Amino acid sequence: MHPAFSVIFFTTASGAGYGLLALLGFGNALGLVPAAGWFGFWSLGLALVLIAGGLIASTAHLGHPERAWRAFSQFRTSWLSREGVAAVSTFVPFAVFGIGWVFFAKTEGVWALPGLAAAVGGGITVFTTAMIYRSLKPIHQWHNAHVVPVYLALALATGALLLNALVHLWGHAQPAIGYLALAACALAAWLKHRYWRFIDTTKAVSTPETATGLGARGKVRLLESPHQVDNYLMREMGFRVARKHAFKLRRIALAALFAAPMTLTLLTVLAPVGAGTALLTILAALSAALGVGVERWLFFAEAKHTVTLYYGATDA
Amino acid sequence: MTAYTPPTGKQLGLVIDLDTCVGCHACAVNCKEWNTGGHSAPLPDRDPYGADPTGVWFNRIHTFEAGEGATSRTVHFPKSCLHCAEPLCVEVCPTGASYKRVEDGIVLVNADTCIGCKLCSWACPYGAREFDDDDGVMKKCTLCVDKIYNETLPEADRVPACVSTCPASARHFGDLGDPDSAVSKLVADRGGYELMPELGYKPTNRYLPPRESKAKAGCTGAPAALETRIDPDALHPVLRWVDRILSR
Ligand code: SF4
Ligand code: SF4
Repeated sequence: MHPAFSVIFFTTASGAGYGLLALLGFGNALGLVPAAGWFGFWSLGLALVLIAGGLIASTAHLGHPERAWRAFSQFRTSWLSREGVAAVSTFVPFAVFGIGWVFFAKTEGVWALPGLAAAVGGGITVFTTAMIYRSLKPIHQWHNAHVVPVYLALALATGALLLNALVHLWGHAQPAIGYLALAACALAAWLKHRYWRFIDTTKAVSTPETATGLGARGKVRLLESPHQVDNYLMREMGFRVARKHAFKLRRIALAALFAAPMTLTLLTVLAPVGAGTALLTILAALSAALGVGVERWLFFAEAKHTVTLYYGATDA
Repeated sequence: MTAYTPPTGKQLGLVIDLDTCVGCHACAVNCKEWNTGGHSAPLPDRDPYGADPTGVWFNRIHTFEAGEGATSRTVHFPKSCLHCAEPLCVEVCPTGASYKRVEDGIVLVNADTCIGCKLCSWACPYGAREFDDDDGVMKKCTLCVDKIYNETLPEADRVPACVSTCPASARHFGDLGDPDSAVSKLVADRGGYELMPELGYKPTNRYLPPRESKAKAGCTGAPAALETRIDPDALHPVLRWVDRILSR
């Protein structure tokens, strides 16, 4: 599948934003994050920028962005529609939580509730995003049980790295948050590893033989394609990354998304807190941002659509 | 709603005979011709005579080789929307622009409400949906909804453009929801099948498999060797005499 920049940016940025929002909501209820208004302003602000920026970017690839409001209507069947509804609904408790925290310095008791609601809403939104891909039967690398856990775990991991950087910058560093980031990264790495093993060892049930129904005669191969040049289908669905490059990019993703941030975070937990550790947490978050971009690019580039079976692919 | 009512009655569709299709692309050309002025008009057509022509086609003709060696078959394979009974393309549409008609099962896109998110084209395993970059909306086969019910046309012409034009009569149109229709009987007689049944879309269109090749002349019903066709008794007496002399 063609890796469109707007969709990669949207899914990774909003994922990290919702992960951060969820941790702020829960962290606040548990008293793990500083209650200072300015901390609320900067951390919720960052979550807002990531979420809203992602949502705006996601409309950039639409043929008719001005009609985007129509996408809220089909939530009964469409995961894309549900994503839109979940994203917009989450803004309500998010706004109440933010206003209470930043303008009225209220974070305790009932004021923690909108934070929890926003956290749950963020989780649901990431879940619906993942389900858009998970529900597409023609794409074996998406239509499997590994996709949703990876999306959720990566949102949590990238959000946790951001939160760790924020508390360090605010001078409220605490090992619990560092350990949380480490655990979330480890979980995401394990799930992503399982995903890669799954797509490396399994193939779609559909083949050129089932696609044409001519399998009874033996192997089926494309003799003449309908057109001499690429059409929309091939440009959108026929994108393939060479195996060699995919493996190289997987290593880059593993290093930048997991190995580097985990090492840096471990240092921040072990070393005495100071300007140095704050810098390390920022580096960890930046590295993860790069890594998750590569990971998401691969998520598209390594996905094969059954339509390619009509255009010469031998498997999907 | 993008939730569709599974068809219980009429389900219009095509039956494509892979035995007789000669791969001439006439159906694709007439499809483009009709539909660039029809329900989903116009169909983009950029650089049509240049080095990199690109545009929307509802119907494309692939050619496959099935089997290997002396017994392999070249099979021309036209493919357009199969108007599935369980179209995921419709379910995933966030706007309701994609819909399946209850009255005849035709799957259509409303170009006035489509936001051009392309998700439906990802959800179609068959590659039946193509994006129109000029209009920013999705386009697909309409089963010539503007032709098959068109009362200004003679009745014989109220079939999809691809069916009208096929010089090999390899394309048949009718109600596949009715087991007694001519197309349903054809499917039953010839062992018509679904494409990628494993995905569960329950496509309406059916494909008729190529018939077995006949390796020997005798199998086709033709005489194995040519024999004289002259009946001497029916000839003019002079020619009969010539025949007798020459036959000696
Ligand atoms: S062939 Fe594709 S576009 Fe047509 S109804 Fe089936 S899934 Fe939808
Ligand atoms: S491209 Fe249009 S028809 Fe297709 S899913 Fe999106 S809104 Fe619906």
